[in-house]
Amino acid sequence: MIVGVGGQGTLLASRILGSALLDCGYDVKVSEVHGMSQRGGSVVTYVRSGEKVASPIIEKGEADIILAFEQLEAARWLSFLKPDGKIIVNTQTIDPMPVVIGSTEYPEGIIDAVKASGADVQAIDALSLAVEAGTAKAVNVVLIGAMAKSMPLDKEVWIKALTESVPPKFLELNLKAFELGYNI
Amino acid sequence: MKLLLGNEAVARGLYEAGCRVVSSYPGTPSTEVTEFAAKYDEIASEWAPNEKVAMEVAYGASVAGARAFCAMKHVGLNVAADPLFTASYTGVNAGMVILVADDPGMHSSQNEQDSRHYAMASKIMMLEPSDSAECLDYAKRAFDLSEKFDTPVILRVTTRVAHSRSVAELTERVDNGLKEYVKNPQKYVMMPANAKGKHVVVEQRILDQIAYCEKEAVADGLNKVEFNSKKIGIISSGITYEYAKEALGENASYLKLGCVYPLPVELIKNFAAECEKVYVIEELDDFIETHCRKNGIEVIGKEAFTLQGEYSQSMIAKVILGEEKEFLSTDVNIVPRPPVLCAGCPHRGLFYSLKQLGVTVTGDIGCYTLGALAPLGSIDTVLCMGASVSSLHGRNLADPSNAKKSVAVIGDSTFMHSGITGLVNIAYNATDSVVIILDNSITGMTGHQHNPTTGYNIKGEPALAVDLEALAKAVGINNVIVVDPYNLAETKNGIKQALEADGPAVVISRRPCALLKSVKHNPPLKVNPDKCKSCKMCMKIGCPAISMKDGKAHIDFTQCLGCNVCSQLCKFDAIE
Repeated sequence: MIVGVGGQGTLLASRILGSALLDCGYDVKVSEVHGMSQRGGSVVTYVRSGEKVASPIIEKGEADIILAFEQLEAARWLSFLKPDGKIIVNTQTIDPMPVVIGSTEYPEGIIDAVKASGADVQAIDALSLAVEAGTAKAVNVVLIGAMAKSMPLDKEVWIKALTESVPPKFLELNLKAFELGYNI
Repeated sequence: MKLLLGNEAVARGLYEAGCRVVSSYPGTPSTEVTEFAAKYDEIASEWAPNEKVAMEVAYGASVAGARAFCAMKHVGLNVAADPLFTASYTGVNAGMVILVADDPGMHSSQNEQDSRHYAMASKIMMLEPSDSAECLDYAKRAFDLSEKFDTPVILRVTTRVAHSRSVAELTERVDNGLKEYVKNPQKYVMMPANAKGKHVVVEQRILDQIAYCEKEAVADGLNKVEFNSKKIGIISSGITYEYAKEALGENASYLKLGCVYPLPVELIKNFAAECEKVYVIEELDDFIETHCRKNGIEVIGKEAFTLQGEYSQSMIAKVILGEEKEFLSTDVNIVPRPPVLCAGCPHRGLFYSLKQLGVTVTGDIGCYTLGALAPLGSIDTVLCMGASVSSLHGRNLADPSNAKKSVAVIGDSTFMHSGITGLVNIAYNATDSVVIILDNSITGMTGHQHNPTTGYNIKGEPALAVDLEALAKAVGINNVIVVDPYNLAETKNGIKQALEADGPAVVISRRPCALLKSVKHNPPLKVNPDKCKSCKMCMKIGCPAISMKDGKAHIDFTQCLGCNVCSQLCKFDAIE
């Protein structure tokens, strides 16, 4: 599952993942929710692969991996992780509107709480790495790199999928972002 | 083999089937079908002002001999229902296919109506694909079936099919040219004398289609029977077939209906007879279940499954197998993250001004619907496309003193869709109504499509644009005031002026959508912490870029587009 806030670039991540899996010969289904959730709302993409995939959605306790682009979203979708699954969390926080207007506080200690649930957690400061690669907008590619490390697909498959998905003039920057995420 | 979005696969199917004309109105989750269709040079594609026009365009093209198509969301079919019902009587010339996208769970809609009822009510064949490969395949079949049975055919998708990507195979386009148009008033002119004869044809057509569904459709692979364990039999269609397969696998046998109207009888009876317990699993209404019961077939349906919302594999596993998965949890306070107006959105200043004026606001469908949420909280009603204008007139008729303290708010695309007739009514039937048109030069909420006010067509080529000021005057309304919603004082005064004027008035709140690539922004603003008095006035507009950090206002530089609306609220000049 790839979860985040509308505008963070989660769709590109799901494109690259889907492309990589298809290349490896799996049947793949990717489910996105377009529309209202884009306006700074919670965005979820499900990616399912196997010999033959039926349902395109992932339910509670079914995800092998959750790639969370933002802390609160990691907490929101944690229950969808298999108890022995892995959750990769970008430590970035984006205030939801109830916090922005001051009617509630952004929850503290999310990473610790997620670890305490028993999940296998990898917390990453993807924003800093993206800036290091060249731009804050490459956060999604850094996270794809981190996810690639945790999956059994060959690295070349990812590089190929990435190369086919980004504009050529930004390829070098994106490859650098990918490597930074991959090598954490 | 490619991973295609369901909607993209439908467009590909249209292309391969030789479709030549596509006319639609945007509507989540159907919009992408037309966006992808527009990429093919062989298809004349367009955004029509509304779905009724779109369907009539497709109908006209079909009668002229070109395979034609229109797409819409479920509430859009409400708008196009008029041509739908009578096109069923006339039939078609070249194939005519209509896509309707339902939204169980209301991800992006104001209701979750079940469009299968339209198929039955209009007596029009309806196909329902389960994945992208079927979206492509059924789109092509739909044209063939349309010509075979002389009827429009409806292709129904739901959000999960339309917006999921799965594997599909592409093949070549086959275009057999235009069919000859032959004048035939008895077929095409639906005056009562002709219509009477056509209804007889329609009823026979349904019998012929049922016969097709019993046998040929099975041989064709449209309706599928799959026997595994016969302890459980599942009758389903569309995405629920996939959920059932995921939950039950080979622990059940399946009757998958690719055609959901008309429904076969013998096929279902024979399937049910082979299985111990038969469930009908369908999202939304008991459409298939009712058909089964009517034909004496014993099934378990809505007594076990809900009428509301989306289904899933875990729901089916719980109901049928009594199984639930384990999952992790924390006691973190999961704060909701509702969608909001983007930072820099021109609607923000407009709604803040309305809030200051304390008026009642009849609202409409678009990004600006979000003006109803806190802290702006400035919309009282939202019903359907165009209702803001017409219902304001109703409000002012009920009590004329309302006219001085009520306004309608409608976007440019929505106004083109069905606001104009409401405005004509205001002028012709004389209430002192104030209609505010939010002109942000785009159809925004559905993902930035052009419309008759933007000056560009679906391909981004220059097009004639409707002049809103001239339109208001042509309707007979001379009080036309244009304001810039980035300027709070100008906006508030403009609306006040409109309310105080004699007679109806139109206020045009004009400023392009902040996300448009053509818009140049100012650099992000910053709060000077030395000047900030923590009064939180800047927070009252609910901009996602502004929050309180360490007791002072703080602007997120990655979100701020420098619109300067917040700085107009700061009495201490702390925002620079």
